[in-house]
Amino acid sequence: MLKFDKGNFEAEVLQGEGVVLVDFYSPKCEPCQELLPQVEALAEKYGDKIKFGKLDISENRRLAIGQRVMGLPTILLYKDGEKLVTLTGDDLTAEEIEVEVKKLV
Amino acid sequence: MYKEYDVLIIGGGPAGLAAGLYASRSKLKTAIIEERRKPGGQAATTMEMENYPGYPEATGPELMRIFAGHAEKFGCEFIKGAVKEMDLQNSPKIVKTKDGEYRAKAIILATGAEPRTLGLKGEGQFRGRGVSYCATCDADFYTDLDVIVLGNGDAAVEEAIYLTKFVNKVTIVVIHDEGKMDAAKVIQERAYANPKINFIWNSVIEEIQGDELVTGVIVKNIKTGEMTEVSADGVFIFVGTVPRSELVRDLVETTDRGYIKVDKTMETSLPGIFAAGDVTDKYLRQVVTACADGAIAATAAEKYIEEEEGFHRDVVESSMEKPVVVTFWSPAVEESMQIISLLEKYHADKDLKLVSIDVYKNYRISSRHAIKEIPTVTVFIRGEVTQRIDQPGEVEIKDLFSKNN
Repeated sequence: MLKFDKGNFEAEVLQGEGVVLVDFYSPKCEPCQELLPQVEALAEKYGDKIKFGKLDISENRRLAIGQRVMGLPTILLYKDGEKLVTLTGDDLTAEEIEVEVKKLV
Repeated sequence: MYKEYDVLIIGGGPAGLAAGLYASRSKLKTAIIEERRKPGGQAATTMEMENYPGYPEATGPELMRIFAGHAEKFGCEFIKGAVKEMDLQNSPKIVKTKDGEYRAKAIILATGAEPRTLGLKGEGQFRGRGVSYCATCDADFYTDLDVIVLGNGDAAVEEAIYLTKFVNKVTIVVIHDEGKMDAAKVIQERAYANPKINFIWNSVIEEIQGDELVTGVIVKNIKTGEMTEVSADGVFIFVGTVPRSELVRDLVETTDRGYIKVDKTMETSLPGIFAAGDVTDKYLRQVVTACADGAIAATAAEKYIEEEEGFHRDVVESSMEKPVVVTFWSPAVEESMQIISLLEKYHADKDLKLVSIDVYKNYRISSRHAIKEIPTVTVFIRGEVTQRIDQPGEVEIKDLFSKNN
């Protein structure tokens, strides 16, 4: 799983080709800590078809807000730089994420 | 395949962890089923935790780590999974998750509560885009921005104070008259003294507005009906919780709002099914009361198992081979002890088993057999009561032995 930040987000996600999943998290967010390993498991499973990355909002707050993310955990799915799917809420499950991932592979 | 336990605890918040500690320390084979990887429940997402006795400086996540370690120390197991199905009527009780089946002699429901949503206009639409129920999750986003907090209980006001460490300004929307909030006095005073906190009294939120992100709210004054637009970058909603009792609502008695009804031993309307913590119908929902519930439930579950297993082994199973004469007695009733000596005297050469049951220690068995008088003597054959004498004398005892021989 890649680590996105203000330095590489433009190139990897917005200018990226194909499908990119971004996991917005922060070290203080317990539901995010809960979800992250499960997203990493999805990255193992679908990593050959989709680019997976995580973004720590405590270091990239403006970037996150720029992507209209104002709550954690949030998962965004992009295709060819265009935001297609937003999943959010502290009750978000890996199953819900996998459903959306499957639609795009 | 299934795994067997003495006690299964559903939910790993403070109530479940305390129950796990007590049950496993009593040498019961105990497991906690928790859907999240880290136990702690709601307390694990609350930073400010300054009213748990003995830990004046603790944070919620820290305290919950200590709780979990404490239960584990006595051998409590942790199973990760979400419960899908339960059979609580029969024995053993059966609990199924996606990955496995578990059986237990007693169950403790400690599923807790979750934040209440209000269904305000815009609330669902802007979730994750300015509407939040978790200050520790989302506070970072609002650095130097303005936020609204809706609610005026302990949680709302404490989280508002926490948010002031990040934001420019917090406005608390309070439904009550000026100066009146549901939060504890000490918390209220701290909020009044905080220069970053403002209040809008006698008001509710009518609508949450925004384009892609929240831009503000419409506040309605409930006295005058006046609507005011207030601009804000975020809205934090803390308006109480709802019990997580969906799975058992048709199995055990609950209140109209879904809280599980329990007696003073934390037992639900089903025998051997206990409940503890925020999911129960109670006066105060705090970590410290959740712990107390868990301790009571685990102790009562232990008693339940002892009593039921003892009765099953000594009376029901034994009566398959030969008649079992059961005396319901009490150390406080002199005659009941005389009856026991009489039974022992006449029983010597008979092929009968004598069992005495102390009605105070075996309240459950006694009330199931509707024991009103002490002593009462009953005869069990093949698991069934075939004869019963309330307050027998020597004549009745002699007669009983001649019949069952």
